[in-house]
Amino acid sequence: MALASEKGWGRAVVVALPYLWLLALFLAPFLIVFKISLSQDVVAQPPYAPLLDLSAGWQGITDFLSQLSFANYWYVLDFSNEFLQAYGSSLIIAAISTLLLLAAGYPIAYGMARAPRSLQPTLLMLVILPFWTSFLIRVYAWIGILSPEGLLNQALMGLGVIDSPLEILNTDLAVYIGIVYSYLPFMVLPLYSALEKMDMTLLEAAEDLGCPPWKAFWTITFPLSLPGVAAGALLCFIPAVGEFVIPDLLGGSDTLMIGKSLWTEFTVNRSWTVSSAVAVLLLLVLVVPIVIYQNIQQRELEAGR
Amino acid sequence: MASEKTRKETIGAVRRSFAPWTDPTKTPLIRFENVVKRFGDFTAINDVSLDIYEREFFALLGPSGCGKTTLMRMLAGFDEPTTGRVTLAGQDLAGVPPYRRPVNMMFQSYALFPHMNVADNIAFGLKQDKMPKADIDARVEEMLKLVKLTPFAKRKPHQLSGGQRQRVALARSLAKRPKVLLLDEPLGALDKKLREETQFELMDLQMELGMTFLIVTHDQEEAMTVADRIAVMNNGVLVQVATPAEIYEQPATRYVADFIGDVNLIACKVRSCQGDQAVLVTPITSSPIHVTQQVEAATGDEAWVAIRPEKLRITLDQPPDITENCFEGTIWDIGYLGDLSIYHVELPCGTRIKVSQPNLSRMVQRPISWDDKVWVTFAPHAGVVLTR
Repeated sequence: MALASEKGWGRAVVVALPYLWLLALFLAPFLIVFKISLSQDVVAQPPYAPLLDLSAGWQGITDFLSQLSFANYWYVLDFSNEFLQAYGSSLIIAAISTLLLLAAGYPIAYGMARAPRSLQPTLLMLVILPFWTSFLIRVYAWIGILSPEGLLNQALMGLGVIDSPLEILNTDLAVYIGIVYSYLPFMVLPLYSALEKMDMTLLEAAEDLGCPPWKAFWTITFPLSLPGVAAGALLCFIPAVGEFVIPDLLGGSDTLMIGKSLWTEFTVNRSWTVSSAVAVLLLLVLVVPIVIYQNIQQRELEAGR
Repeated sequence: MASEKTRKETIGAVRRSFAPWTDPTKTPLIRFENVVKRFGDFTAINDVSLDIYEREFFALLGPSGCGKTTLMRMLAGFDEPTTGRVTLAGQDLAGVPPYRRPVNMMFQSYALFPHMNVADNIAFGLKQDKMPKADIDARVEEMLKLVKLTPFAKRKPHQLSGGQRQRVALARSLAKRPKVLLLDEPLGALDKKLREETQFELMDLQMELGMTFLIVTHDQEEAMTVADRIAVMNNGVLVQVATPAEIYEQPATRYVADFIGDVNLIACKVRSCQGDQAVLVTPITSSPIHVTQQVEAATGDEAWVAIRPEKLRITLDQPPDITENCFEGTIWDIGYLGDLSIYHVELPCGTRIKVSQPNLSRMVQRPISWDDKVWVTFAPHAGVVLTR
């Protein structure tokens, strides 16, 4: 009996730990941000009001609650303030990037999954290898490659392909290049894991039944890799929507992304409240794909049983 | 009921007289001509020539790694011979990709498409042929009925039992009405009882559809049950190609005798061969062994006598004639299998021979027991002399 309760206690700790972690490091900060988004900017320390005054008792709490408002949200949702455009543009850039990532990542993952077994760990390592260098440094490196005097333009001019440098840096194209480069492992790994566990005799069976290999790819391989496609796409799409570093360093002044807007609102306009509202709305926008992703993961788990 | 009986009778009549391999006017449907297949340094198939006739149920039998699957895959088109030719109905198959060959294969793992339901799996091959939709539906319906899976048409493979999946795989490979159906260890994943049932179903199906079946198996009982002819393979060569009865009763080599069923192999020296009477001597018994068989051997040559355990007789009393085909020994061990009892008899020299006897009446008290002194005898037509 003692042993059983001890066991139950141990299990409770194991289960509680991740929940406490989420509570302390996700839910609590979120609630703080959410509260700030309902406040007003003031010139003070901290730069928002109201503050909860528990010494005033019940009166303090009701005063506090009555001063909260959704005004910042209306401000963000006002079309003339360009936040909506930034959300839309972020979603579009993230969507296009995801498609590009899929186009680049699928052949890589396919090649890896079909490579000799002994070679696969090495290939996997090579995909993960860029993570060993700081993300920021790798993005800066792209400036060196894409700038007018950069490696790419010098190489192309040296070869005589172009006469004057191409304008790549500080355009949307550079943002796409940066996102595709940085997020590629997040696309390749789930695709690889989906393709790698596929039974190759299925392709033989398809061929045996009269289906040429190129057609078998679309009727067998691709549909069976869809969970991997979905996982990879969402793993890339979700962080790409809120991406800030890449558009800031590689994008132009007209590259509109919500991460950049949030940064400007926070640092230049010094409005903690509006930037909090932007963050909360961004979370709402992303909840839909996150829920879809969770659903797919769940279904995968159940199918695997 | 009546139609069932007539059908059974026609099948019986066909089976009784079916032997196209003995008819020189018949041309084989499938020909392997001096086929060699190497994978790097390894020779998987070493100079195999084999003819398979239309409507034959042909079994490739051998231990794993003997090359039987490679031979089948060359017919399906997944492997190409290194040298030699494979022809189907007179057409050289060299360079013809699997998707253009009029053969279909049932895979050992079944290889059902997990993202398609049963009906879509069966329809897959038909869709590749751009068959009109109505015809596809009709054929799928027919196939589902054939394998008794009509109520399961909308199920996904993972929602089926092993036996049901096996039937879907069979239906899918039959749906295109291929000239030849290849079966790669088709019943390996089923339990014994279901396997035996399915063997007979396969035979009836093959008769009914009038197709040529080529089955690969390592299970000799399965091969014996279903096949018209069996090719026994070992190390990439054909050891013997014959009917099940010939393989069992007249094995070509010691390997075949030992691989198919149980056998006592007795190393002997030839004393005399006259007409169809051969006499051999062996150090394990004082009585010479007499076999009714034409043997091409000279006096003093090495040879083996193969005798199946069920062809030996065991008695407690000394038989009247102990001058030939007789062993004297003691019971070493007894295996009681219910239908049979298997006696291991130890001879004075230490060699053990196996004797099996049907248990014809209920037996509470064993007539023969451990350490009993027994006599083992056999008729001259019970044994086979093997020189290889």
